Amino acid sequence: MSENVYIIGAGIHAFGRTEGRSGRAQGVFALRQALADAGVEWADIGFASGGSVAAGSADIMVNDLGFTSLPFINVHNGCATGGSALTSAHNAIASGMCDVAVAVGFDKHERGAFNAKPSGYGLPEWYGETGMMLTTQFFALKIQRYMQLHGISRETLGRVAEKAFRNGALCDHAWRRSPVDLETILGAPMVNDPLTKYMFCSPAEGGVALVLASEKKLRELGSDGVRIDSIAFRTRPEGSFEVFAPSIRTPPGGKPTVLASQAAFEQAGIGPGDIDVAQLQDTESGAELMHMAENGFCADGEQEEWLANGWSEINGRLPINTDGGCLACGEPVGASGLRQVYENVQQLRGRAGARQVPRDPKVGYSHVYGAPGLSAVAIVTR
Amino acid sequence: MDDAQGLSPIAAGLWAEGPPPRLIGGRKANGEIVFPLPDEPLQPLERIELSPTGTLWSWTSQEFQPKPPFSGPEPFEPFLLGYIELANEVIVESRIVGASIDRLKLGMPMRLVIVAFDDHRSTYAFRPEQPA
Repeated sequence: MSENVYIIGAGIHAFGRTEGRSGRAQGVFALRQALADAGVEWADIGFASGGSVAAGSADIMVNDLGFTSLPFINVHNGCATGGSALTSAHNAIASGMCDVAVAVGFDKHERGAFNAKPSGYGLPEWYGETGMMLTTQFFALKIQRYMQLHGISRETLGRVAEKAFRNGALCDHAWRRSPVDLETILGAPMVNDPLTKYMFCSPAEGGVALVLASEKKLRELGSDGVRIDSIAFRTRPEGSFEVFAPSIRTPPGGKPTVLASQAAFEQAGIGPGDIDVAQLQDTESGAELMHMAENGFCADGEQEEWLANGWSEINGRLPINTDGGCLACGEPVGASGLRQVYENVQQLRGRAGARQVPRDPKVGYSHVYGAPGLSAVAIVTR
Repeated sequence: MDDAQGLSPIAAGLWAEGPPPRLIGGRKANGEIVFPLPDEPLQPLERIELSPTGTLWSWTSQEFQPKPPFSGPEPFEPFLLGYIELANEVIVESRIVGASIDRLKLGMPMRLVIVAFDDHRSTYAFRPEQPA
């Protein structure tokens, strides 16, 4: 990285359902909060990048925020929308283009599982017609095999969801604010075996914005900033097992998460043991478990012991998904990846309130994963 | 069950009737096999008939009625699906029939069958070689 880049402001519009408020309005809300947090004006922003998957373009926000003629790049990059916006904003500062930039993500989805059009993914109609083109199935198929190979129990899947709702209850931007007990989670209606209703996140609404600054600007403002040590974004390698796959190469190939994680650790010059708090993509309970291993935090199968011993709880050895993750916050796709970074920024600044990780965390790790096989990891330090 | 006689395949070119029926895949120049054979291949593919038998690679159930483009019969009946590894060829996604979910095991032998999808269309599925 050519120049140190810092996050000096963070804003969020509560996730969940907000009737009568557009996704973009939720993004503007988050952006105003982030500007106020950073102590800068919209007119100070030299570059903006952002977007949504289902709630329109971000650059229309200038109608609300002011016509300052700044360059504003719209991002429409699926689950990587937030990560791509952050990458662009980071690069704008690292390259010396400007001293203050913003990344913003927001969304507003319909209720129920996402339904995809086969042609949009280069797939034949019969694949959708026969009921095999569902993201929820992919997650179930991936964790089912993983559980068989590595001895993961259904109780452990349930414990991931139990932790998410427990953490969500402590978090003011979460959607699901009530604890749910393990028995209820395991006994809930099955969606796609082995995953029950409480083990999946739901499409939702929300907005997140981050203000980024150069070191020079950080010093000038005397900001309470968090340094971005690495951002790595990878699409899928040859033969990887991803959503919407009528066939997979045998034997399957690598994983985008493993590639992004290794690249991020390498850039930052640290390893998994150096991380104090982590936000890992938890579209469903199994994803958090598999992503613990794919990101290098444990070996395959060790998750059984981790969850049984509470090692990923807020007061555990590596707190994971401290705001309840996607399971408790829901998934407004365009905002979800930035929510993870927001949460790390708040944790490192000691501003996470009832869900604050103890012992003054210094290094935060965030990981987003999505269709059709991409992963973005960001490591931040204070 | 699932007598598919007289029904139209849900799509042309998905399988060869046999007997035994076999899925139709494509072999790339580097030997890798894909399924299905794409309508508009962006690289040369050799059409090949895949093995009618394989082993179970993973599985799940579909418990809720998917949104369109799903076009299964009403009322919706939950079904099983999974991935079947065709040795040295490719791992294919398929419906699973003739099995209850608690009897399925990684690596169990499976065989391709053509089954009814609705009153007028057939599709492919795999079933355990031994009743499960």
